Amino acid sequence: MAGNTHFLFNDCALISIATGQKAMTLTELRNNLIHISLDSIYHHFWGGLLVPRFEEREFNNDFAGWVRHSLRDPVLAERLAAIDPTASSNLEELRQELLDLIEERLDENETVGWTRGNRQFEFLRSQLVVFDANRRLEKPEDLAEQIPLLSTSSIFYHFIDARRRLDQGCDDFSHWLADLGDEHLRLCEQLAAIDPYFSSLSQIRTELTALFKTYFTGGSP
Amino acid sequence: MTSLLETYAAITGNDVIDHLRQLAKPLANMKVVHVNSTRVGGGVAEILEKLVPLTNELGIDAKWEIISGEADFYECTKSMHNALQGNRENISPELLQSYEQTNIANAEKLRPVLEDADFVFIHDPQPAALINHCPNRHGKWIWRCHIDASHPYRPVWKYLQNIVSHYDASIFSLPAFAQPLQHPQYIIPPSIDPLSDKNIDLPPEEASQVYRDFALDPDRHLIVQVSRYDRFKDPVGVIRAYRLAKRFVPDLQLVLAGGSATDDPEGEIVVREVREAAGSDPDIHVLLLPPDAHRTINALQRAADIVLQKSTKEGFGLTVTEAMWKSKPVIGGDTGGIRLQVVNYHTGFLVHTPEGAALRIRYLLHQQQMRAQIGERAKNYVRENFLLTRHLREHLTLLVGLHYESRYRIKLS
Repeated sequence: MAGNTHFLFNDCALISIATGQKAMTLTELRNNLIHISLDSIYHHFWGGLLVPRFEEREFNNDFAGWVRHSLRDPVLAERLAAIDPTASSNLEELRQELLDLIEERLDENETVGWTRGNRQFEFLRSQLVVFDANRRLEKPEDLAEQIPLLSTSSIFYHFIDARRRLDQGCDDFSHWLADLGDEHLRLCEQLAAIDPYFSSLSQIRTELTALFKTYFTGGSP
Repeated sequence: MTSLLETYAAITGNDVIDHLRQLAKPLANMKVVHVNSTRVGGGVAEILEKLVPLTNELGIDAKWEIISGEADFYECTKSMHNALQGNRENISPELLQSYEQTNIANAEKLRPVLEDADFVFIHDPQPAALINHCPNRHGKWIWRCHIDASHPYRPVWKYLQNIVSHYDASIFSLPAFAQPLQHPQYIIPPSIDPLSDKNIDLPPEEASQVYRDFALDPDRHLIVQVSRYDRFKDPVGVIRAYRLAKRFVPDLQLVLAGGSATDDPEGEIVVREVREAAGSDPDIHVLLLPPDAHRTINALQRAADIVLQKSTKEGFGLTVTEAMWKSKPVIGGDTGGIRLQVVNYHTGFLVHTPEGAALRIRYLLHQQQMRAQIGERAKNYVRENFLLTRHLREHLTLLVGLHYESRYRIKLS
């Protein structure tokens, strides 16, 4: 893939695995978050894009949704929902941001920590199986034509999973384009400006298609 | 001849089938065996009926075996089922003895195929103890629990846990159902088969025949609940909801349709309770259908204005998925897998009481446009998330995961 003059598309399938860790109160959520694997934190921010669930979600991470609907604390739910996982340089930093907000809420309101939720928060992790999508890109100009043909799981692999996989923390397309030289730096900047957090995978695919079409055929978007 | 996979591609798109082929490559020619306790009736048999041939078409050697037993065995496993769903069922040592003996007897018959398999899926508690009688097994064994085991009756779970702990992995339909076990617990919601008799599009004549067969008036409102006669499905609560709604919607008709699977001895008692609750109301139709009445159930679901699944406990609720696939809004109990499918104002309504169900019945019958919009969204939601192809993809992902024993990311070459 990246590092070559051509780009090989991959696809992936994700499966959820229960960690066995559960929380019924905010204090329990906090205590579990201190030790839970980073895989689990990643799953609760991003895994939802690939598991069966209603696409138009009220909250974009599972922690905010649980705090709002089970613990019935809209104040903390809004704060948790405002966390931007793409702004954290790594998952450890994201864990700390979660913990800071929860600690702050526990300090503000003692009763919140002991309120029992009507449903437990179940910590999950996931396993990702990656395979060849049988598609290959010879030159960047073909991106506009190829992206609409990709499955949503392939978009997940190249645009979401890449940020965790690559040392640079960027998506695979930017990584490939940067490897080819400085010619497409402006496109890389535009790719970095796409916020994947508030979109479904199909919306991301549409945004990418529009960006590549405009860039390669119509100049500036 | 068109392959089964090609037929599914027409519904799901070629990409979905290509995914399956890619995932199946590293599993080519491996032997996979599924074991359950009935070939007809119940959601498990319906899933396996197509899952197994589809797996075979992908180049994996898949088989489906069933175990059989006497009345004592089914009485015991029904109690186990109820206990996993939270009922305080004290199972006598005699019944447990029958459970163990039945598993021993079936192991005698199935041992060669089970010990030779690369992967064995054991569905629900009935055949779970087979693992104790296959000492030379070389493959990975997976226990698939289709039941809402979120709050099991502890003595019975403890008994089953001793057996299940020997497995290499387990599968639960929802995270809330998973129990503390030492092996990986995968989360895989079940699915429906869009090409089965229960879900396929019906010719208009066949669909309308159901009105004549059951003396239903096509010009009046109809609500339907399709499920086994089981107290956890709350059929008596549905009758109460119907009566509360009928005060405001006098032309309302109710159909309760179900049969009893061969492994459910409790059904007859519940049917009596339901008939008693229905009394002499000519607009309540309590139907006992044979296990193969799939097209009739299909037609009833299509005839309904609203489908109910007012369960108080539910594993997943495939009847909800079936109704949504037919573009019907669903009023479902706020429990188990129904929560994953029914989203308030988007695909239906979650309720806790007959009063709540009655209110939503009145609302949906009053709001015709909203009813159609909800139905459309429900169908799309099922297409993207709950068809058999998604289920098979997750099974293959799990098998690859177990085969490679990796932690997060597995790259197939």
